[in-house]
Amino acid sequence: MRTIMATYGHLLLKAIGVHMFYVTVSVVCGFFIGLIGGILLSRIPRASFVILPVVSVFQTIPGLAFIGILFLIIGMHPVTVLIALTVYAIFPVLKNTYEGILNIDPKYIEAARGCGMTSGQMLRMVQLPLASPEIVAGLRMAAVYTVSWAVLAAMIGLGGLGDFIYQGTASNNNTLILLGAVPAALLAIAIGAVIDLLQKKLTPKGMQEVVDR
Amino acid sequence: MIQFEHVSKSYGKNHILKNMNFTIPDGKFVVLIGKSGCGKTTTLKMINRLITPTSGRVLIDGQDISQMNPSDLRRHIGYVIQQIGLFPNMTIEQNVSVVPRLLKYDKDKCHKISENLLESIHMEKYKDKYPSELSGGQQQRIGVLRALAASPPVVLMDEPFGALDPMTRDELQIEIKNMQKRLNKTIVFVTHDMNEALRLADIIVFIDHGEIVQMDSPEEILRHPANRLVRDFLGKHVSEEQKPFKVEDFMLTKVKYVRSSRGVRECAEMMARNSIDSLLAVDDENRYIGTIKIGDMMHWGRNLETVEPLIRTDARTVQVGEEAKESFDYLLDTNADYVVVLNPDKSIAGIITKTSVARSVAENLWGGEES
Repeated sequence: MRTIMATYGHLLLKAIGVHMFYVTVSVVCGFFIGLIGGILLSRIPRASFVILPVVSVFQTIPGLAFIGILFLIIGMHPVTVLIALTVYAIFPVLKNTYEGILNIDPKYIEAARGCGMTSGQMLRMVQLPLASPEIVAGLRMAAVYTVSWAVLAAMIGLGGLGDFIYQGTASNNNTLILLGAVPAALLAIAIGAVIDLLQKKLTPKGMQEVVDR
Repeated sequence: MIQFEHVSKSYGKNHILKNMNFTIPDGKFVVLIGKSGCGKTTTLKMINRLITPTSGRVLIDGQDISQMNPSDLRRHIGYVIQQIGLFPNMTIEQNVSVVPRLLKYDKDKCHKISENLLESIHMEKYKDKYPSELSGGQQQRIGVLRALAASPPVVLMDEPFGALDPMTRDELQIEIKNMQKRLNKTIVFVTHDMNEALRLADIIVFIDHGEIVQMDSPEEILRHPANRLVRDFLGKHVSEEQKPFKVEDFMLTKVKYVRSSRGVRECAEMMARNSIDSLLAVDDENRYIGTIKIGDMMHWGRNLETVEPLIRTDARTVQVGEEAKESFDYLLDTNADYVVVLNPDKSIAGIITKTSVARSVAENLWGGEES
């Protein structure tokens, strides 16, 4: 163990750093794009019958193929990885935001309109707070998936924990595979936990029992 | 003053409101009532533009509301809904001060307003709680405060107490009526409960199939219901319509009687079998003669062949078709056990006992069988 750490420790830390960079940037970008998209979509529920299936098509393209295609277009550049991961991170957030807003009990909407809120005020004061548990759930899903998809970055030689896994599979070295896979798994669990904590903090106090159920 | 001028609303071929014309004066408690789907809620929601008329105008204080900014209009009209709809992400204080905050009052003023309002219903200790921590009745009290927070002259209420238990509803009805008088608000209130309407309203607007059937004070509606539907809605409240009760409505018809030619033993056995202490006696043509008491039989019955000598004629008799009230009074005043009801041919129709009196009292109080 010690020898492994001595040999790969430095590389491992660097790989984790690169991996985290990919995940953080793409999840943050994906979250905001998904959030805004979901809000816009909730204004025109009819359009969602077209838009949601189209967006979900991206979800069905294997990550491997998608990164490969982007690689052909953009080349070997971190942007390729970031774009691919962002696209994957958008969908869960978009879908949950959209559904979270539409699933709000109409009585709150009627009360908000009756109070004289404009649609912007209603979004800020009522709809987003009430949809926040679902939105954060979407964020969690996006983040956890992105950790595993970021492994694919190594496929086009752009580092991250995938490096170890690819080298391991190529050289039939199980230690290397584990050296990539175990931190990636731990990273996913850690990020999930952080977002759970965030969810507890973000959920409006009066709605906590709703989330706990 | 709220005026409806030729207001109609239709969804496709479905006409919800047909040419509504009426005026709601300031400071009145107006109740819109009717069957579900009659258009009463639609009418209400036109006042704060949650629903727009297909044709016609709604004016508040002479101003056409379709020319006003809808959000601005709604901030100056209180609105309470049946589902309460307190925002679960806000504390009670924040809920109460929603409209003042939308109106951009400064923080201190918002705080003062909610504090005063909460104190007025003795709920200041709940200010930092969330709606889910309150009971339904408490929540709707806060719902009413939210509507009042910006001191709107007009408050709209859409079946606000419909989902509450009867006790809480009674309390809130009293509170809301007192509040309306004290603050001199114009309240437009939707309900399908005539009790509620009679209790609260200065003016009742009865709506059916999108048209006003009658618009009058509760007193006037009770006295002169415009049609059968209104009368049905009033139900037991229309006491003038009740016919006086007749004796046959309350008499017991399963009465034991014997021919006067019967033997004493036979009669005694009949009484024992039916656990009664007197029998009615009839002649051979079934005409009523009088009554036989168990006490008389014990005293003098031993040596008698028939019961004929024991028959007393002191029991009070009435004819079918007479008013029940006299018999009731007689029973209550004299402590007699029963009054005998006779058909025109003198045969026995039945008897009235104190149990009959009790039944009549019950029907008067609770409006008879629920059928």
